[in-house]
Amino acid sequence: MAEEWKPQILGIICNWCSYAGADLAGSARTQYPPDIRIVRVMCTGRVDPLFILKAFTDGADGVLVSGCHFGDCHYLEGNYKGAKRMFMVKSLLKNIGLEDKRLRMTFVSASEGAKWAKVVEDVVKTVTDLGPNPLKELAR
Amino acid sequence: MAEKKTKKETAPKKKEATKATAKAAPAAQKAPAKEQKKARVGVFICHCGTNIAGSVDIEDVQEYSKSLPDVAFADNYQYMCSTPGQKKIADAIKEHNLTGIVVAACSPRLHEPTFRTATKEGGLNPFRFEMANIREQGSWVHMHDREGATDKAKDAIRIAVAKASMLEDLFPKTVPVEKAAMVVGAGVAGMQAALDLANAGIKTYLIEKNPTIGGRMSQLDKTFPTLDCSQCILTPKMVDVGRAENIELMTCAEVEDVEGYIGNFDVTIRRKARGVLTPDEAEAKGIVGGGCNGCGDCEGVCPVIKPNPFEMGMKPRKAIYIYHPQVVPLIYTIDWDSCIKCGLCVDICGDKKAIDLEMQDELVKVKVGTAILATGYDMFPIEKKDEWGYKKYENVVNSLEFERLICASGPTGGHLVRPSDGETPKKVAFLLCAGSRDNTGVGKPYCSRFCCMYSLKHAHQIIEKIPGCQPYLFYMDIRSFGKMYEEFYYRIQDEGAKFMRGRVANVLEDPVTKNLIINAEDTLLNRPINLEVDMVVLAAAVQPAEETERTRKLFGVSRSMDGWLLEAHPKLNPCGTTTAGVFLAGVCQGPKDIPDTVASAEGAASAASIPIHRGEVELEPYFAQCIEEKCAGCGMCVNLCPYQALALVEKDGRKVMEVTEAKCKGCGTCGGFCPGGAIWMQHFATPQIIAQIDAFLVGGAK
Repeated sequence: MAEEWKPQILGIICNWCSYAGADLAGSARTQYPPDIRIVRVMCTGRVDPLFILKAFTDGADGVLVSGCHFGDCHYLEGNYKGAKRMFMVKSLLKNIGLEDKRLRMTFVSASEGAKWAKVVEDVVKTVTDLGPNPLKELAR
Repeated sequence: MAEKKTKKETAPKKKEATKATAKAAPAAQKAPAKEQKKARVGVFICHCGTNIAGSVDIEDVQEYSKSLPDVAFADNYQYMCSTPGQKKIADAIKEHNLTGIVVAACSPRLHEPTFRTATKEGGLNPFRFEMANIREQGSWVHMHDREGATDKAKDAIRIAVAKASMLEDLFPKTVPVEKAAMVVGAGVAGMQAALDLANAGIKTYLIEKNPTIGGRMSQLDKTFPTLDCSQCILTPKMVDVGRAENIELMTCAEVEDVEGYIGNFDVTIRRKARGVLTPDEAEAKGIVGGGCNGCGDCEGVCPVIKPNPFEMGMKPRKAIYIYHPQVVPLIYTIDWDSCIKCGLCVDICGDKKAIDLEMQDELVKVKVGTAILATGYDMFPIEKKDEWGYKKYENVVNSLEFERLICASGPTGGHLVRPSDGETPKKVAFLLCAGSRDNTGVGKPYCSRFCCMYSLKHAHQIIEKIPGCQPYLFYMDIRSFGKMYEEFYYRIQDEGAKFMRGRVANVLEDPVTKNLIINAEDTLLNRPINLEVDMVVLAAAVQPAEETERTRKLFGVSRSMDGWLLEAHPKLNPCGTTTAGVFLAGVCQGPKDIPDTVASAEGAASAASIPIHRGEVELEPYFAQCIEEKCAGCGMCVNLCPYQALALVEKDGRKVMEVTEAKCKGCGTCGGFCPGGAIWMQHFATPQIIAQIDAFLVGGAK
C-alpha cells in the first residue's frame, strides 16, 4: 500500500507566466510526474489564503502556487502581494503543526517550460518524502 | 467512497447559497432566468488526432465524465476545434438544453476564444465555457504514462465541470479606442511602423532616446545581398518620418511611465533637455526666426572634444554635436556630461537664440490606443570572451566598428586601416559566431542570425576595395537562409574569400608588428591552423538594447529566457504580446536582418492599427464586484489595487467599496485578500475556485 500511494498536489498558477510556462513544457514534450492538478487564476495575487487552507483540509498533500518573476507581473505587483500571503499561510501551517514545506511558491515565466517541469518534479519529490497529509487521517 | 459522496452532495448547496447572495449585489447585466436553472454541463473531449488520444484513453474519460454530477451530456471528436467539432457544441447546447460547456483539449491560451464562439453560436453566453487542458498539461507531458495521463484528464475534467456548473453570464465591456499610437524606438523598425501607421491616418508618437532617428541601420555601410548603400535607402525614410504630418517625433526622449490599458494608454514621456531649441520651440518662446537651423557654428567654437558614439568612438565630436550630417531632426544636442558651460556656443548662435544652457527635462503626457516597441539591439560586449583579444589588441575590432571603418562617411572616409598604425591590411580574419551559439555561459546560446551574411558582405567589400587583400572567414556553419542569400555566399566564394570551418581557440598579438596570430582547428581538414593576419573582425553576438528591460516592464511585456521580448505566440502572433494593445517590431523580439525587421514592423503596424480603426475594444469582463451586504468598508482592497480602480463610497449611511470597471484589469488581488469575502471576482469567484478545489480533492462520480 505504501508504494502505491501517490501524492495529491494542487497547483494554483497564474495565467500569464506559469500557466504559459507549463504550456511550453507541453509543446516541448518535457516529461514530468502526473501528480499535480491545476487551477488557473489570472494572477497569484488572486490566491486567497482560504484556497490553500481549503485544499489542505480537503486532504491535499501539497499545494504549489506559481506566478511571474518579481518585476514581471502582468498586473504590476500581484505576485508580490501573493507571495507575502504565502509567507503568512506558511507560518499558519507551522502553527497548526502541518509541515510548511507542503506549500510552495515558485516563479516560472512564460518562457521557462523546462523550469516548470523541474519545479513539479521537486514539489512531487518533497511531498512524496513528507508522506500523506496528516489532516486526511484526522478528518476520518 | 461513501464519505466522498456525502461531502459532494452537501457542497453544492453551500456554494449555491454563497452564489445567490453574491448575485444580488453585482448589479445588472445578467440573464436571471438562466441562473435559476439546475446546471447541465456538456463535456466534449478532443482526440487532437493522436496528440491526446495517443496517451489518454478517450472512451474511458468520456464514460467517466458522464458519471460526474451536473454532467448532462458527453461526447468526443477527432478535432474539436474543426468546424464539425464546433458544430457539435452548438448543436448539443440546443438539443440537451445545456447551461455550461467543458471542452477537454489543448490549452485555453490557444483555443478558449474558439470554443467561446462555438458556445455563443449554440445560444449560450460565451463565458459559460471552461476548458480542461489535457494536452499541453496532460498527454504531451505524460506521453509514456497512459494511466497517469488518463487519470489526470479525468481530474482536469472534474475540476472544469465544477467550475462550468457555476459559471454565470458575463458581458464584455466595450471601451472606445484613442485614435493615436506610439512607437518606441526609431530605428528602421520603428520608423517603418510609424510611417505605416501615419499613412493609415493614425496620429503616431515616435519616441527615440538618441538625438537622431535611424538606429543601427544608419551606422551600416552596405546591406547584403543586394549591396545597396544603407544610408542611401534609409535617409529618404528618415526624411519622410521627419516630414510626416501624422508623426510627432520626439528625440532625446524616453518613456517614463505607462498607465491604462488597450485603447487608453496614458504614457508619460521624459523629453530630456537637449540644450538646443528647435525652430518651433523658439517660435513658441517668441524668438522670431530663431531656433537651431543646423548651421554648426556652435560646434566650431566648442572647446570640448569627446568620442562620437555613432562612429563607435573612432571619430571626435564636440560637447555640442550631431551624430552625422544626415541626422533627422537636424538639431544640435548638448552632452551635459562634458559641457563646461563656457557659453561660446551661445554667443556665436547669436540672434537665433537656439541654445539654452539651463534647459531642464520636461515631462509630456500623451494618450494612445496602441503601442509598438521597437527597441532594437546592442552589440554583445565581446571583450568578455577574452581569448579573442577585443579591447586588448588594437587591431581586433567588432563588426560594427568595421562597418564604420569601411563606410565612406566613416572616420577614415571609407579607407580600411588598422587602428594600430593606419596601414591598409592585407590579410583580414573574420571570426563568426563570436559570442553567439555559445554554451559556455559567457556568450549567448542563440544564433544572432545576420552575422554570417554581413561577414560575407565584409569579405566582399575588402576584396573589392583593397586589391590583393585576403579575407579569411572562420565559421561554424554559414547560415545563408534568405532570399538570394545562398547565391551571395557562392559569389563570395568565387571572389576568393577563404572559409575555414572551426571556432578560433585564441588570438595572440605580435607585440612588435601588432599583427595577430590565430590559433584554430580546421574541422573539415582535421588539422590545426596557425595564421598570421593584419586585422581581426569579430562578428559579435547581438543582445537586447540596454533600455529594453526598463521599457518592457513599463508596458508589462514579458521576456524570453534570452532577454528578447516575448511574443504572444511564436507562430500565430509574432508581433503581439500578452499585454493587449502592445506590439513588437524588429530585433527587440529576436535577432532579425533588415528585410525581416521591416516585415515585422509592417506586421506590428497593421496589428496596432486594427483596434484604432475599429474604434472600440472589448475588455474581458473579469472585473471585481463588491458584495455590498458583506462589505465592512475597511478599505484594505483600495490600497491593494495597483490600478486605483477601487474606492470607498457612502451608501445608505455606511462606507462600501465601489469598482470602476474600466480601470479594473481583473487580477483579483483585492479578491484574494478581502477579509469579509465581499469581493466577487467575475469568472474567478471564490465559490467557483473553492468548487474546483473541492472537485479535485473530495469530488467524484455521482
